[in-house]
Amino acid sequence: MSAETRADAAVVGRGNKEGARLFREWFDELTRAAEAGRGGAYVFVMGSLGELLRTFDFPLVFPEINSLQTAVRRVAHEYLNEAEDFGYSPDICGYVKADVATQMRSGALPMGRIPKPALAVFTNACNTYIKWGEIWERMYDIPTFTLDVPGSRAAGAHAAPGDADFENDRRYVAAQIRELIPHLERISGVRFDIDRLREHIAHANSMNRDWKRVLDLNRSRPAPFNALSDGTIFLGVANAQRGSAAGAKYFAELVEEMAYKSDQGIGTLTDERYRLLFVGVPCYPIFRRFTEMFTELGGTFVNSTYLWFASGGSNTGFQCRLDDPLEGLAEGLLVSVRDAMDSMFFQTQPLLDMYRDYAADGVIYHPIKSCRTVSTGLADSRRALMKAGDIPSLFIESDMMDRRVVSEAQLKNRIDAFFEGLATRRSHSIIAES
Amino acid sequence: MAYAAGVDVGSTQTKAVVVDEARRIVSRALTDTGANVTRAAEGAFQQALAAGDVREEEVEYVVGTGYGRYKVTFGNTQVTEISCHGRGAVQMFPGTRTVVDMGGQDTKAIRVAPNGEIIDFCMNDKCAAGTGRFLGAASSALNIPLDQLGPTALRGERPVKISTTCTVFAESEVLSWLGRGKKIEDILLGVHQSIAMRSAGLLRRVGVEEQVTFTGGVARNVAMIETLNAKLGLQVNVSEESHYMGAVGAALFALDHILAGRVPAHPRQGA
Repeated sequence: MSAETRADAAVVGRGNKEGARLFREWFDELTRAAEAGRGGAYVFVMGSLGELLRTFDFPLVFPEINSLQTAVRRVAHEYLNEAEDFGYSPDICGYVKADVATQMRSGALPMGRIPKPALAVFTNACNTYIKWGEIWERMYDIPTFTLDVPGSRAAGAHAAPGDADFENDRRYVAAQIRELIPHLERISGVRFDIDRLREHIAHANSMNRDWKRVLDLNRSRPAPFNALSDGTIFLGVANAQRGSAAGAKYFAELVEEMAYKSDQGIGTLTDERYRLLFVGVPCYPIFRRFTEMFTELGGTFVNSTYLWFASGGSNTGFQCRLDDPLEGLAEGLLVSVRDAMDSMFFQTQPLLDMYRDYAADGVIYHPIKSCRTVSTGLADSRRALMKAGDIPSLFIESDMMDRRVVSEAQLKNRIDAFFEGLATRRSHSIIAES
Repeated sequence: MAYAAGVDVGSTQTKAVVVDEARRIVSRALTDTGANVTRAAEGAFQQALAAGDVREEEVEYVVGTGYGRYKVTFGNTQVTEISCHGRGAVQMFPGTRTVVDMGGQDTKAIRVAPNGEIIDFCMNDKCAAGTGRFLGAASSALNIPLDQLGPTALRGERPVKISTTCTVFAESEVLSWLGRGKKIEDILLGVHQSIAMRSAGLLRRVGVEEQVTFTGGVARNVAMIETLNAKLGLQVNVSEESHYMGAVGAALFALDHILAGRVPAHPRQGA
């Protein structure tokens, strides 16, 4: 084995393997917490406040991640059917229904068991979060806290720290966090320690910085990772380990891996023909096959809005101030949640930038039946993108959870036609240039 | 003389077309797809060869298209019916910028560039409303042969409103209008208008740019042409070959390979 091959073997694929290991360990911890009767803090990916909640030793439970795992492991239909038998409509969020069934099964999931909620903390980034929290209130009589994070007022209107609007909004968010802390002390029985918070924020800062570097490294040609398949593993760690030393270490190593692959010209595909952007939420019921329908035609996803809005704000690389951790946390939450909301409501210009920066060849829009928050407006967004630039795009619909509305044959037909169009366009542009 | 062929394996019917090097259609054939897709493809191809008096070895390249394109085992490659209908329509009507293809179980709206490049497309999703199957349901409910639906509908004067978007429920809605004493021609005109409305919606999603060419099996239905014209406020192009347009496009893609010298050294597997 040559030195180069040994280096490849040690580094390439490490992020996926380590990600799977951290994921298993996280679920083992959750299972132990559930068996010990400890309550968990139920949180969501768009503004989890993991840094703060770790300070109070809460086991962190991400119901969105639990639900999508049931789809990836091909048992989502069992959970959805149980919730629908209980009266939940086929037309509402599949994540909610899988969670309702999980609660009815006393937290049992294919990956382990989750503790019951001791409280739930969420932001206004998704309207369903609030209605979802109300279900747990009714089921368990637990407190829920909604942090109201002001969004951008208009496309491109990014108020920065120091601007009057931003400072008003920051104070508003900081006041809400201060209100939350005594409740966290009461529920957990742990006294608030600002130095512990500072430590967790430092880990999150490190993760933010490195996640942004990982994303930037995928501008390399060939792309070192597939934003849809590999990227989803990285996202899982970004959320579950936000604010932990293990999470910070993972992302530092991930930078090493992606930098190595970039330097060595090691791509996720050996023959990368088309570089694509993905807009929306993945099709988890046929997760691997969905990606294969693109990769077998030489297409790889180089970035996505999913890595943007579902990474808990890490994509911004934002560094929270450590001299005043509470103000820093408020500022970070404001920046990251606002950014996540922008990815849904003001995505045209950032997508145009992404298309240019990642030298993409096309954009795949994937609206899904059971998430209206993410999907509503995608048709308008696509129209705006096509108007703004001569950008090939594909609009395909399925679902993140419900295989009853996933038609592989129909998806394949559209994807094949899209690639035929890309090939025709490329041959015409070669003729025009010659 | 070298020939190229296209075989379009659709959900209900399989079509085959043979073209010569001058892009002229030499022959065509049509057969029901049935349960054995490969056999249907072979049957249509052999019928087209016989109809054109073309020997199989003279066909240098075959492209399969349609939902069963991967079952055209004797073909050289596959191209989706979306690209094929676009290509065929531009060949027949060079001014075509928008194509509406109405088949047995799906309707497609396709926007094409002057050079035949597919700019955008849109299809009905997860439901056969607004497709040939919708007409099949009406035909079955009213006990009128498919080829008589159009002429009968054109005699309608006071079309009923068909509100359902489900092909299965459409049949019961048709029966309920019959129960209320409505004339068959008025019911049928309503059915056609309902399909035209859904198709126009798909077309608007990709952007309606003239000329619009109507392809697919349903393009043979005179009432469908008329209601679509009325809904779009223009006259759609309809070719005698509309039903075969997917196979025509596939044959033209096959011819591209021959003209570019991309013909495989080894002969194709015999059909």
